[in-house]
Amino acid sequence: MNTLHIKNLRKEYQGQVILERINLKVSSPEFCTIVGASGCGKSTFLRLLLGQETLSRGELLLNGTPLPAEPGPDRGIVFQRYSVFPHLTVLGNVLLGLELQDSPLLGRLFGAARRRAITQAEATLRAVGLFEARHKYPAMLSGGMQQRLSIAQALVKQPKILLLDEPFGALDPGIRADMHELILDLWRENQMMIFMVTHDIKEAFELGTRVLTFDKVRRDPQAPDAYGATITYDIPLGKGYAQNLAAIIAARAATEAFRAKLAAEG
Amino acid sequence: MRRLLNQQPGRFSALCLSALPFLLIIIVYLTASDLRLADNPNDKLLPSLGSFKEAIVQAALEPNRRTGEIQLWSDTAASLQRLLLAVAISALLGLMFGIATGVIPYFNAGLSPLIAVLSMIPPLAILPILFILFGLGELSKIMLIILGVAPSIMRELHLRVIDIPHEQLIKAQTLGASTWQVIWRVVLPQLLPRLLNAVRLTLGSAWLFLIAAEAIAAESGLGYRIFLLRRYLAMDTILPYVAWITLLAFLSDYLLRVLSRRLFPWAAKT
Repeated sequence: MNTLHIKNLRKEYQGQVILERINLKVSSPEFCTIVGASGCGKSTFLRLLLGQETLSRGELLLNGTPLPAEPGPDRGIVFQRYSVFPHLTVLGNVLLGLELQDSPLLGRLFGAARRRAITQAEATLRAVGLFEARHKYPAMLSGGMQQRLSIAQALVKQPKILLLDEPFGALDPGIRADMHELILDLWRENQMMIFMVTHDIKEAFELGTRVLTFDKVRRDPQAPDAYGATITYDIPLGKGYAQNLAAIIAARAATEAFRAKLAAEG
Repeated sequence: MRRLLNQQPGRFSALCLSALPFLLIIIVYLTASDLRLADNPNDKLLPSLGSFKEAIVQAALEPNRRTGEIQLWSDTAASLQRLLLAVAISALLGLMFGIATGVIPYFNAGLSPLIAVLSMIPPLAILPILFILFGLGELSKIMLIILGVAPSIMRELHLRVIDIPHEQLIKAQTLGASTWQVIWRVVLPQLLPRLLNAVRLTLGSAWLFLIAAEAIAAESGLGYRIFLLRRYLAMDTILPYVAWITLLAFLSDYLLRVLSRRLFPWAAKT
């Protein structure tokens, strides 16, 4: 089991406070979904977890040790777009993670090592339903298939934390439902910790075992940049293990309140 | 009747239309040439088809009486050798610079301002310096082409590296890639078709600098020959030479395009 500890996290950007006073403890397997209004810092939060940006203050501890301040193989990422490599075939895209790890200079494997890696990559491609398309280039795939590929790329490295930045935001509703099923299956199988940013509140509640809402609680009209967003609701849905009714009722109420607030703010 | 901007020529008429200007030029030339030659049979300015043929046979098929070489081929070989060497070196420099400054912020801070300034120097203005430094031999000509062509390839490739979505570089790092592996497996392969494209676009100026250098100081080469024959008003050889250079330029462009499509099928949509 892996545990992520976030202690008093704060992120400022050129005097503008984006996030502040964020405290959180998450253990695997937890599927955290993150919702909030546009520009409330939820994507920044994900980039901090990824190591793409550095904290201004606070600590990010994975199993007690600070997370490296740059992206690495312990954290996988699926972006909304552009995260597959156009010059590699589907198989090559998944193979890349395995090749990089075992061949520091050339980034390529040969002979038996390559055959082993191909077997492993093909198994991952089967799991996401892309085995038939393994010799195609990404430009020949639909948006949904490209996202499947991006997920397969991340999965083959077996990251402790999987970060999803609006991964299904650009997909059609039908395909999105398929992708929900896929990601839940993969999550159950791999038992990892997932953080997923989404615009879609329904999606957040369907997928997550825990919903985090981000918003600004303090506002100073004279200095709009003085305060940042924080986690306003931390709603455990507890799918798959015991849960109490009160938590669900509170969560529903919180969602409705949040929806009403979003609607009011446009 | 549809608007003019919505009317498309058919295949046959498009072909005829594209041939028309060429035919017109040939007709105008032949008429003018006939008129002048009727006036003065020794006129050298607009030679007849017959004297072109004679000059081409002499330049392209018969060995030179003094050197024993076939003039057109030895000139072409000399020029192409300079051009290919200089363009290859420029492409390599462009690739190294583009990747280094596009991927590594420290290189970008250190090198980009220098290249921005260097690329503003008109290369022909420092041709005398090149002649002084490197002599009148091959080196100064190749240096001129490199100085003229490399900065624009460098800057173009720098921009193309920056065009690679940042998501890809982050993704590669989450797959465990080191800086070197990101360059080797992610950036370089995606840059190669763009390099071929950049080379295609700069070939025109490479020819310009080649001919300029050959015109000023050389003992062989297509540009040298044209400027030498100018003294004798030998239009019957100069015009075929120009046509030959145009054909070479066109062929190299075509070749690079086909090569790019063959080698990088994944980049076909661009």
